[in-house]
Amino acid sequence: MTTMFARLANPTVFLVLTRRLLPALAGLTALLFAAGLYLSFAASPADYQQGDTVRIMYVHVPAAWLSMLIYTLIAISALGTLVWRHPLADVAAKTAAPLGACFTLLCLLTGSIWGRPMWGAWWVWDGRLTSVFVLFLIYLGLIALQRTIEDPGQAARAAAIMAIVGFINIPIIKFSVDWWNTLHQPASVFRLGGPSVDPTMLWPLMVMAAAFLFLFVTLHLASMRNELLRRRIRTIALLNSRTQPA
Amino acid sequence: MTRAFLALLRRDLILSVRIGGGFELVLIFFLMIVALVPFAVGPDPNLLSRIAPAILWIAALLATLLGLDRLFQADAEDGSLDMLRMARLPLELAALAKMAAHWLASGLLLALAAPALGLLLSLEPAAMLPLSLTLLVGTPALTAIGAIGAALTARMRRGGLLSSILVLPLMLPTLIFGVSATQAALGGGVPFRTPLLMLGAISLIAIVLGAWASAAALRMDD
Repeated sequence: MTTMFARLANPTVFLVLTRRLLPALAGLTALLFAAGLYLSFAASPADYQQGDTVRIMYVHVPAAWLSMLIYTLIAISALGTLVWRHPLADVAAKTAAPLGACFTLLCLLTGSIWGRPMWGAWWVWDGRLTSVFVLFLIYLGLIALQRTIEDPGQAARAAAIMAIVGFINIPIIKFSVDWWNTLHQPASVFRLGGPSVDPTMLWPLMVMAAAFLFLFVTLHLASMRNELLRRRIRTIALLNSRTQPA
Repeated sequence: MTRAFLALLRRDLILSVRIGGGFELVLIFFLMIVALVPFAVGPDPNLLSRIAPAILWIAALLATLLGLDRLFQADAEDGSLDMLRMARLPLELAALAKMAAHWLASGLLLALAAPALGLLLSLEPAAMLPLSLTLLVGTPALTAIGAIGAALTARMRRGGLLSSILVLPLMLPTLIFGVSATQAALGGGVPFRTPLLMLGAISLIAIVLGAWASAAALRMDD
């Protein structure tokens, strides 16, 4: 594991490796989405109480899981930047933040659409909704910070400190439904005593979660490649401007 | 080390007293926000007394943010920050001293002034002491969290807005428990003690985290 991380520290190795990996990952994502969408829209039953609106779950729940997973990834990358000074850690954190913000927004929007028929309101200030909303704001602040500081090295360290400080919100989101007795339902998949979701719905959900995960991995690797290439261009431009006086 | 800490604290306090834009402006700003609310929501005493704790807390939050953007920026500009970084006093403790000075010149004053301003919002007399107490316990957290944003943006020319965007979401738990403690004092489901203790815990965590993170942010460029 350590040697793999050390080898990947060379951006060129990373670029070569991901160029080979990306088509396969993209294909796998497409297959998983095809299977997941079929399972969730055609092969799974409607809920006895919620009817067909329960199918929003197959988008909402994976997006919610990803919103927290991506922030965790950013926080680990932040440690990589501050502690190990891994050269790719900052690239990973910087490119993951906009993706994380997108999945968080998707989670909030689908949740809102689902909440309208079920709770009778587009939005309620309930513990989990509020903490996910705060996560979205933290993502936006992080993106703003990354874009404001010009020097890439300083921007990386500033964003890393901010990411670690903001990580406190993740356990609050996870346990908000247990700490506060709220409108949002408690954890029903990852809980003691096994999932309380029926297998006919659990399977489509898991396939969709895998599809979302691979979608994120594909997009993230592609966007890391772009960021690396962008930095190379920046370095070349800086070198050129230095060697050729105007 | 204690002497260096106290000297820094003393210096920052003197600066906030002698330089315009110091502590008295914070109090005036606090008063302004409180005075604006009755114009916005109407002068109904029942409504005002119900939302008074929330208004005073939001006003305290904004007033705390006010002085924060200069917390490290002034030192970064005139070079004293570089001296602080070279000093034998750990930068974490230096940040703590600056945070303490900022709190003494803002949070403490706001907590003391809150009952008087509560009168303007027809806050119930029974809630005045608890409100002051929650502000006293909770505002250190606001200063400490805000210091992180101030340190991250210390070397930017217009870091104030960015700093507020960064730290406001992190201040939400403090606001939630501060207001709920005051509501609890007015009679509610939970006893006053529970949210107050939570508020104290948040403050203690924020002080440690704030000292560490702002020192790390100030060391960012080496």
